[in-house]
This record gives sequence, structure tokens and C-alpha cells, in this order.
Amino acid sequence: MEFVKLINCMRCGMCLPQCPTYKETFLETASPRGRVALVRKFEEGELEVSEKLLEYLSLCLDCQACASACPCGVNAGELVAEFRCERKSEQGLGTMESLVLRKLLPHPDRLEAATAPLRLYQASGLQKTVRALGLLKMFPSSLQRMEGLLPALPKAPLRQTIEEVTPARGTEKGTVGFFLGCVMSLIFSEASLATVALLSAVGYRVITPKTQKCCGAPNMLGHDMDGLKDAARFNTDLFNSFEVDTVVTDCGGCGAELKKYGHHLAGDPEAERFSSKIRDISQILAAESETLQTMLKPLPVAVTYHDACHIAHCQGIRSEPRQLLGLIPQLDYRELPEADACCGSAGTYNIEKPEMSDRVLSRKVENIRKTGAQYLVTGNPGCLLQLKKALSEQLPEVKVIHLTELLQMSVDGRY
Amino acid sequence: MDKQLIKSLAQVVGEQYTLADRESLACYGYDSTPELESRPGVVVLPGNQEEIGKVLALCHGAGVRVTPRGSGTNLSGGSISFDGGVILQTSRLNRIIEIDEENLTATVEPGVVTSALHREVEAKGLFYPPDPGSMNISTMGGNVAENSGGLRGLKYGVTADYVMGLKTFLADGELLKTGGKVVKDVAGYNLNQLLVSSEGTLGVFSEITVKLIPKPQCKKTMLVHFPQLEQAALTVSQIIAARIIPATLEFLDRVTIKCVEDYAHVGLPLDVDAVLLIEVDGHPAVVEEEAAGIRAICERQGCSFFQTAATADEALKLATARRVALSALARLRPTTILEDATVPRSAIAPMVKLIQETARKYDLTIGTFGHAGDGNLHPTCLTDERNRDEIERAHRAFAEIFEATIAMGGTITGEHGVGVAKKKYLPLLVGNAGLRVMRGIKGALDPNGILNPGKIF
Ligand SMILES: Cc1cc2nc3c(=O)[nH]c(=O)nc-3n(C[C@H](O)[C@H](O)[C@H](O)COP(=O)(O)OP(=O)(O)OC[C@H]3O[C@@H](n4cnc5c(N)ncnc54)[C@H](O)[C@@H]3O)c2cc1C
Ligand code: SF4
Ligand code: SF4
Repeated sequence: MEFVKLINCMRCGMCLPQCPTYKETFLETASPRGRVALVRKFEEGELEVSEKLLEYLSLCLDCQACASACPCGVNAGELVAEFRCERKSEQGLGTMESLVLRKLLPHPDRLEAATAPLRLYQASGLQKTVRALGLLKMFPSSLQRMEGLLPALPKAPLRQTIEEVTPARGTEKGTVGFFLGCVMSLIFSEASLATVALLSAVGYRVITPKTQKCCGAPNMLGHDMDGLKDAARFNTDLFNSFEVDTVVTDCGGCGAELKKYGHHLAGDPEAERFSSKIRDISQILAAESETLQTMLKPLPVAVTYHDACHIAHCQGIRSEPRQLLGLIPQLDYRELPEADACCGSAGTYNIEKPEMSDRVLSRKVENIRKTGAQYLVTGNPGCLLQLKKALSEQLPEVKVIHLTELLQMSVDGRY
Repeated sequence: MDKQLIKSLAQVVGEQYTLADRESLACYGYDSTPELESRPGVVVLPGNQEEIGKVLALCHGAGVRVTPRGSGTNLSGGSISFDGGVILQTSRLNRIIEIDEENLTATVEPGVVTSALHREVEAKGLFYPPDPGSMNISTMGGNVAENSGGLRGLKYGVTADYVMGLKTFLADGELLKTGGKVVKDVAGYNLNQLLVSSEGTLGVFSEITVKLIPKPQCKKTMLVHFPQLEQAALTVSQIIAARIIPATLEFLDRVTIKCVEDYAHVGLPLDVDAVLLIEVDGHPAVVEEEAAGIRAICERQGCSFFQTAATADEALKLATARRVALSALARLRPTTILEDATVPRSAIAPMVKLIQETARKYDLTIGTFGHAGDGNLHPTCLTDERNRDEIERAHRAFAEIFEATIAMGGTITGEHGVGVAKKKYLPLLVGNAGLRVMRGIKGALDPNGILNPGKIF
């Protein structure tokens, strides 16, 4: 760990009011400032690895809201993750972890085979590990509860059915690569279909390489740096082999991770080049507002937007999605209070820390209730899963939907 | 820390809110003051006002020292317990008890965050002006205990100007009520004002009643560049001499301008000595008139650029330069020492010059920004705590700056408080008589000296 990153913290406290766990507990140990202090004291030898230390640090959602607020460029969430990663690499991966992170995730076909019949999850010990690792940075709580709530799964993962090349409609403006996230492909294929359709509609030819692999974010969550680097190298080489200046993703989590390849593979100019090409779908579409606007039909519905941490805090994207919603005729946009506060999904967090996750989630649900919106829009599959489940139980009148799906509804004129 | 006392404290505030593990204590040993740290013996977070009294009574009985703490953002070491005592953290006491629209008052618990109060009163068309830079996290208790100021201080004053009533638990746990909702009150000593800026040494506030005013109808934001420092300083004095009191009159010096531009790319020129951010507010007609007056003065002084925001969005953009000043500076080096030397308005130009010369003399980077309108400057030294030699030089530089401040008729701290950080300069400023009176007051209210010992003097 780079010590200077820790002493950059001037302890000003600006991050405290943004931190979901501080807001719930009012405890310094559950605040970004406190977490930086704890890691620093460990590095300085004042504290050793203890049960309490690990407990306090593991309460961090790694939502990075603190980083958005910090005047000094300190990222408490990342520092905590780095600390936990380092402890992990001292211990090494467990057998089941290594099975999932090394044998399953990097092989889309195996992953798809394993996930197609969901029963397979429950049948074996795999289920437990998959849960514990938050495979696909998603499953909010126990899979039994999830199963009935999972959106009707596509018949086949999108990766298998999508064309490798989707031509542009109308005059072609250029070609973009499409990074199709695992969860998007396996569960939210409708949204990713909409993403590709919208890209094509505004004039892009879209290449979706079939051999692409998981972005590596689950490896990061499982504190498996080696697995992450393998994924980074593979995807970098694959996408750099196409003549595209832009690689689009509609998964906030993937986008945030792909943008960090340059950092993960420090010193590799190819990885840096790849990272610099990554754009969230909202960025590309916002840049094509003029073209897009001509295709949008009225949607007279009340809509609110939840900023996914991976989009707002990790990638700094806040205005583009709102700008796109603003393009839709007759749409009644309502700003969500504390829109960029974490929903509590946070990778494996909702499994490891169900109590805190529920508290953070309840706050989100209450804020959504206040808006009176009919649709909650967001741009990250983890949030989609977490909020779909929560709202179906607590606020069933609100539909949870990916940004591109709502835009596609407006293009189709259906609601 | 005595195990029995910890047990008794836990009986008052609950196990969950009595923290005595090493890891927790390590997180309550600091506040925003650089270089100061000391672990307390135990931390308690009372959940209601009565519990404050009970905690104090227990500690008083046991002769254990207590340091109140809001959000720990003060810049003078005021919320650190240097003798392994009890930290009494108020953040759970965060209820806005009442906003009285007839009497124009708000009554809050001490842990209410300043900007949360702003939001609530502004939703009712009312206004609570004090707005310290830390308002998104600072507590009302901390604001009263430090008499915090803010960007709107020039026109609207500081926290003290708004405190109407306090409920304060004294050292032995007895409740003292002072003031209230009445605007006029001459019954006995003005204890309210005595308690304001007492830095946790005289009692612990459990309820605070502040004055509210109607929200100004509109405001106008202006950004002005000056090739030379003196032009900006003269502009400030002349605006005031023209009987215009802007709500905000903020200043950035050359070093700060460069850092802000490098960081935020807001289009500031790198060849000017000073930038002023000016805001006037009030009745629309008056605002127009004042803005025109200000423009005329700035032009007469030879400003190189004058911009008025046409929309609220533009106003936000103009204010960015000032808003990000601290971030821009703080990012440059690991350690940031933020001071608040305050001089009479007329001495701003010589003061800024002196700071710049001192920085050169000691080979330091010091950016200065701050509340030019009330002479409250924030010379901010960018350094690295690992570089002992540089830190030493920074201390020597600030010692010289403070002495000069006093010589110019100013004060060592305009709003951050004395705490322990400025303790050694206090005698220079208040003299023997001042110290004797302060000690007498402390002795009368806290004879056993258990409340935030070692602070101020
Ligand atoms: C980035 C930054 C910007 C800042 N900008 C400004 C500014 O513009 N203007 C300004 O004036 N200050 C500013 N400050 C300083 C600081 O934020 C203020 O002093 C603030 O009032 C402290 O509030 P707090 O809740 O953090 O109090 P703490 O730091 O926790 O405590 C401050 C003092 O108050 C005492 N105290 C706290 N609560 C109580 C209580 N209930 N009863 C009795 N005593 C109590 C403590 O013992 C301590 O002595 C800034 C600080 C930072 C880090
Ligand atoms: S992490 Fe950043 S915002 Fe939080 S206390 Fe440290 S410097 Fe301030
Ligand atoms: S990453 Fe999120 S939970 Fe963790 S310290 Fe930062 S704001 Fe708090």
C-alpha cells in the first residue's frame, strides 16, 4: 500500500455526511475518515490485524461516495479494499473460491452452462461459494429468496444469441465495441439488446466479440488480483484487436472496472489504451442527443433516477443519464433525494452484512417512495437486482428498469 | 480508564454506544487539526439530552475529565482528549426540535448538522446565515462552542449573533438554562454570550435556540480579477466605504489561483495577483443598485475582468473558484495546515504581502484565501508531515505571521478557536488581565476542572 495515499487524508470530515454507514451509525469507525485512520494505524504498526479491525473495515460498502466528497483526492473505499486484498493474498484463495474465480468466471461457456438451470446452484456446495463470493457482483441475499424474484430469465444468454456485428441503421458514423457484462447477458439481456439497438439507431456499427470474458470485478471482490489481471489482459488484447476507438458498456460495474485496467496492469500501454476507450452507454447516447431526440415518442410517466455508485462515484457520470431522460417527451422527471447514495447491494455486501445492507436499502426505498415515481431507472445490474427485489416487496407499484430499456420504450412508443 | 466507570457509563448510554476497544479509541484521537492526536480512555454517545447530564455527573463524581465532541472538524485540537479522558460525542442528538415561524427561531439539539438546519429553515422561506466551510458536517454544538463564522459573515455576522437561548449541562451535571426566545433580555449577566466560543470548557450544550431571519429575495454573484493585490484590497475597503455590505466578499491570492486553475480549469488567468468573489443579496432593486456600485468601484481600481452571473447556474460556476480553493490546495501535498489569522480590513494587503514574504523566507508554499470582507484570511501551508525540517519551518513561519497579525491590531484566530493549537499565542493577545478573568470564569463554572482541560489557556 502506498503510504502517502493514507497521509493525504487531512481529516477534514467532508466525507462523513456522504458515507452510508456513517449516516446509519454516527460512529467514526464506520466513517471514511475512521477507516483511513484504521488502515494507517495498521500500516504504522500501531494496530495489528484484529477481529475488531476487520469487522470495522468490512462494514465499508466500497461505494466510493467518500471519494466524490473528498477535497484531497483520498479514496477510503479503495484503500479499505486494497487493505483487504493484501490480507487475502497473504492467505491465498480457498479451494471453492479458486474454483469459481479461476475455473468458472473466466470461461463464459462454463459459466452459462452452470447458471442456465438455476437449480444447479442449489444442488451443490457451489451455491454457497457462489453466494459468498457474490459471483457476478450481484445476488442480494439468499438465492432461495432470489430465485422466485429473478426477472424471467432469457431463454439463452445474450452472448450466445447476439450477432457479433450489428450494422448501423442509416448513415454509419463509426464502429464501436460492446462489452457485454455477464449479468447483463445472463439476466438483463433485454436491456443490453436495447443498448445495441440504440447504438445502431443513432448510427453506430456495433461489434460484440463472442469470446469476451468477465471483466474481473468479482475477482476484485474476492480479493483475487491474479485472476483480475488475467481477465484484464485477455479483454485488452481482444478489444484492441478491433479497429474501434470506443468500447461501450451498459453495466456500471464493468465500466468502472474496465476503466481501471490501465491501473491494474500498470506499465502496459495497451491496457491504458483500452481503458481510455471505455464509455458508459449514457455518455455515448448523450453525445448523440440530437439524433436520438428525433426518434423518441412521448412517455407520460413519472420517472426517477438512482445513481449507481459504479457510475456516479467511480466514473463521475451524473448529468448524462439525466440529460437523456430529459429528452423523452412528456416524461415527468423527479429527482430522487440522496440519489447517489448506495442501495446496499455493493457486490457481496448484502450477503456478508445483511443488517447494514438492509438499513442502507430501507433508506433508499423510503426516498424512492417520496418521489411518487412509477419507474426507477438506473444503469447497473447489481442495483437492478437489489432494487427490483426490494421494490417488488415494499413498493410494488414502482417498476425498476435499466436506462436503455426506458429509452427503447420511448423509441417504440410503448409504456 | 476505570472499568467500573465504563460499566456505569454503559448503563447510562447503552453498551453499543460506549466504546472502549483499541480500534474505536484510535478513531477518536484526532480532529481536523494537523499533527495533533491523543487516544481517549472511552467514548460515549448519549442518545438523549438527559444522558448528557448523567454522564457528566458520573464523571464529575469520579474526577474523570470530559471532552465534548461534535463532528471533530475543528482546527485547533479542541475535541481531542489529551489525558485519556472521556469523549462525549453528540452526533446522535440530531433532532431539530422546533422551527417557530411566529417568533422566527429554531431550536435544535447539539448534534444537528449545520446544513441540515439550513435545508429545513430554507424550505420555510427562512434563513440561518452562519455557513462555515464545513457546514455539511459540522454540528450546531461545535459551531456555538467555536463561534464559527462563514462566507456570509460580513453582512450577517457569526454564530454568536444568532444564539438566543441555550440549555447547558454544567460540569457536575446540573442543567443551566440561559436566554430563550425573547429578543430582549437583561436579567443578569449575559450568560449566553459567555458560553458561546467556550470551546467545551464551561459546559455541554444540550439544546440551542437560534434566531432566524427572512430569506433574502434574490442575490447577484460577481467574479473580479485584479492584476495587483493592492487594487483588490482597496476595492474591498472602498466597497465598504460606499456603504455597501456584500453578503460575501471572498479573496484568492496568486498561489491559490494557480492551484485552483490547475485543478478545476475554471478559466482563471495566471498573471493576476488577486481574485474577488462578491455576492450581494436582498431586495431586487437594492441588489441591482449595489451590484452597479460595486462594478464601478472595481473598474475604478483597474480590475482586468468583471463578470456577473446571469443565472443561478452561472452563479454556481463563478463561485466554484472559491469553493474548490481548499481542495485545490490540499491535493498538492499530503499535509495541509490551515490557519485563520484575522486583521482589520485596512491591513489586508500588507498582511497578504507579509504572508507571501514569510513563505519565501522559509521556503514554503503558502496559499492564502478567505473572507476579505472581514479581514479573516486563511493562509494555508502545503507541506508533508514526514518532512520534519519543513514542518519546523512552517511552525516558525506561522509564529511570525501571528506576531505580525497582533501587531497590526488583528487576532490569532478569527473563527477556528484557540484549543491547544493557538494556546501559546493567547497571552500575547489578551495579556495578564485577560488570562486572569478567563481563569476566574473557568474556576467558577468548573471548579474541579473536568471539562475539556488544557484548552484555550
Ligand atoms: C474544511 C474545513 C473548513 C472549515 N471552515 C470553517 C469556516 O468557514 N468557519 C469556521 O468558523 N470554522 C471552520 N472550520 C472549523 C470547524 O468546522 C468549526 O470549528 C466547527 O464549528 C466545528 O464543529 P464540530 O461539530 O466539528 O465540532 P468539534 O470539532 O467536534 O468540536 C469543536 C469544539 O466544540 C466543543 N463542542 C462540541 N460540541 C459541543 C457541545 N455540545 N457543547 C459544548 N462544547 C461542544 C468541543 O469540545 C470542541 O472544543 C472548518 C473546518 C474544516 C475542516
Ligand atoms: S478522506 Fe478526504 S474527505 Fe474524508 S476526512 Fe480524509 S481528507 Fe477529508
Ligand atoms: S466506500 Fe462508501 S461505505 Fe466505504 S467509507 Fe466510503 S462512503 Fe463509506
